[in-house]
Amino acid sequence: MSSNTVFRTCPTTGLKVDLAAEKLIKANAVAAVIFLAIGGLFGLLVAMTRWPEVHLLPADWFYLALTAHGLDVLLVWIIFFEMAVLYFASAVLLNCRLAGPRWAWTGFALMLVGALITNVVVLQGGSSVMFTSYVPLKAEPGFYLGIILFAVGALIGCFVFFGTLVVARQERTYEGSVPLVTFGALTAAIIAVFTIASGAIILIPTLLWSVGLVNNIDPLLYKTIWWAMGHSSQQINVSAHVAIWYAIAAITFGARPLSEKVSRTAFLMYILFLQLASAHHLLVEPGFSSEWRIFNTSYAMYLAVLGSMVHGMTVPGSIEAAQRARGLNKGMFEWLRKAPWGNPAFAGMFMSLVFFGFIGGISGVVMGTEQINLIMHNTLYVPGHFHGTVVAGTTLAFMAITYYLVPLIFRREIMFMKLAKLQPYLFGIGAAGISVFMMGAGTLGVSRRHWDMQFADAVLPFDYPSAAFLMMGLNGMFAILATLGGILFVVVVVGSVFFGRKLAPDEKPSYPEVPPQAVVVAEHGSAHTLKIPGTTMLVAIFFISFVLYYFVNWKYLSEVWPLS
Amino acid sequence: MAITPPSERIWWKEPISKIELSWVIIAFSWGLIMFFMMIYWHGAGEQNLSSEAYKIKPEQFAAKTQAMIDAHTVREESGFPVVRPPAGSDVYLTGRLFNWWPILELEKDQSYRLHLSSVDVQHGFSLQPVNINIQVHPGYDMVVTVKPDRAGEYGIICNEFCGIGHHLMAGKLYVVE
Repeated sequence: MSSNTVFRTCPTTGLKVDLAAEKLIKANAVAAVIFLAIGGLFGLLVAMTRWPEVHLLPADWFYLALTAHGLDVLLVWIIFFEMAVLYFASAVLLNCRLAGPRWAWTGFALMLVGALITNVVVLQGGSSVMFTSYVPLKAEPGFYLGIILFAVGALIGCFVFFGTLVVARQERTYEGSVPLVTFGALTAAIIAVFTIASGAIILIPTLLWSVGLVNNIDPLLYKTIWWAMGHSSQQINVSAHVAIWYAIAAITFGARPLSEKVSRTAFLMYILFLQLASAHHLLVEPGFSSEWRIFNTSYAMYLAVLGSMVHGMTVPGSIEAAQRARGLNKGMFEWLRKAPWGNPAFAGMFMSLVFFGFIGGISGVVMGTEQINLIMHNTLYVPGHFHGTVVAGTTLAFMAITYYLVPLIFRREIMFMKLAKLQPYLFGIGAAGISVFMMGAGTLGVSRRHWDMQFADAVLPFDYPSAAFLMMGLNGMFAILATLGGILFVVVVVGSVFFGRKLAPDEKPSYPEVPPQAVVVAEHGSAHTLKIPGTTMLVAIFFISFVLYYFVNWKYLSEVWPLS
Repeated sequence: MAITPPSERIWWKEPISKIELSWVIIAFSWGLIMFFMMIYWHGAGEQNLSSEAYKIKPEQFAAKTQAMIDAHTVREESGFPVVRPPAGSDVYLTGRLFNWWPILELEKDQSYRLHLSSVDVQHGFSLQPVNINIQVHPGYDMVVTVKPDRAGEYGIICNEFCGIGHHLMAGKLYVVE
């Protein structure tokens, strides 16, 4: 059955790599980066329009660009890259052939065709309905059709991943349980199936409605099911990028999870509870009971948040333990100070971890509090939050692992290493700035998805406070910074993939340096030897920030009009 | 390593370090606190969104709004009727492409049953500068009891994208002593 599968052996890790899987990883990663470039460009145009002094695009182009930006980066870039991650975490990490490479190519083709259709339809101008396409706003049928094809393709990719897990088990290509990173990818794939099913349930009728075969789609029903796709798809990202954090920690430091049990349980929390997140978008909608809102918005008593908080300690904790085992034992933070900050994979990964927790994570929980949502819903606070999670968190982590994929999977040396070293800082700080300043503007009431915060042509004028204008200016400046980081990423990656020096079949690339297994301490998984004071301090700072910020927002809420 | 199978085959029996266990307990407890905080606020706080809502046809809602306008208009401003309904009454605000109809004038420290709905697509009721944000759906009449506690002139912005004139959609609301 597997007789025609061709493997090579990775000179760096000793893993057997199925060449069919390798090709698919390459194709998906390249498609992902292309759409990141397109979507990122639209993002820059959006930010330049929202900068009041620049106000670049006319209104119709602004709404078009914003629709395309959301689709191309939030959906297309991220899901293509996730397909690459799934194939990597199954076939490569499990030393196994990929199940049904033809199916995987079919999935890839569907995703590509779907993404192209939707992009073309959006660019034609009649479908500027935003990524969320809330009914009764109506887009051209091709808009929904493209997304559906894309989703079906992604679903096929998920099943290829599941199939590969089965093959690996049957052919005994690994011992014991699957690696933690594969387990994280499995979490992502399970959530993806739920996500795509929700998408099909709502988008297929919506497609029929847009061609006139269905009369009416209830807007509230649409929103409830759409967000079972829309928000859950972001939880795929969370699972995938947390798996990548662990992977980068392992490849860079030989880090071992502090406890397999705790980390795996944390992933399990995602599978069990993250799907309730649709409620985050329904906190100020008509007709939901408070009981329903409270239970769902908190992921059943914050159990999924618990999962993320656990990863937030175990990932840096495992790095600290590995560094200390290597002798970087002085004081609280020698392990962190002497971490390889010039390695773009590590720098990107660590910033992703910090920004995801401090900016995206805390703001998400606060905004998702039943009552507090009232002072944030649909303001710029919302995109501020999710640029903290999806851009400073997921995208930065995906960029970081790409620096390892290029030499290890594409077998090319990284070109422009000096630029690559700078890239995560530019992009990370830019993305963090975008998030913070949008959140600031949102706190001052500025609406999201809005062309003109000066209301120049409105019959009844309205003025935002001048601080809000300052926030939008700063947002624009940091968007330029992030764009520069994005351009550097595309230049380095595309340059290396197509023009970088080809590595000889048995050549070990000089980057990344993967520590030999022997350096890994065997003991720090046990309860006796573990000392991670630096991580404990970081976690304490995080926790105090979280608690303070949470109650500050209750204070803000208590100052608005009483309402019931 | 995280990219290789666990070195302990029976990893689920490994002991958990104290520091990790403590964090799990702290994080779990914090989750409980945040969970019960929402419930607590329903008793102790004054800002809780109602779950009172009715299905309604857009033309019915428009008719109710018009009836209120006919009964209580006190003046006109830029082509909008300014309506001052009696304290404690049912007041109607219609979101439509691209304005909030009509302008309401409410009395400070009085309660009103504010009905929100749309006659076309979804809109976002965003009352500024207090920053109260409520989603407005066509076909649903959402009833929120509000008690303005500061006099002044307020803006109502649409913060749900509703079409090419979305950024023109601003309304007004007065709170008087």
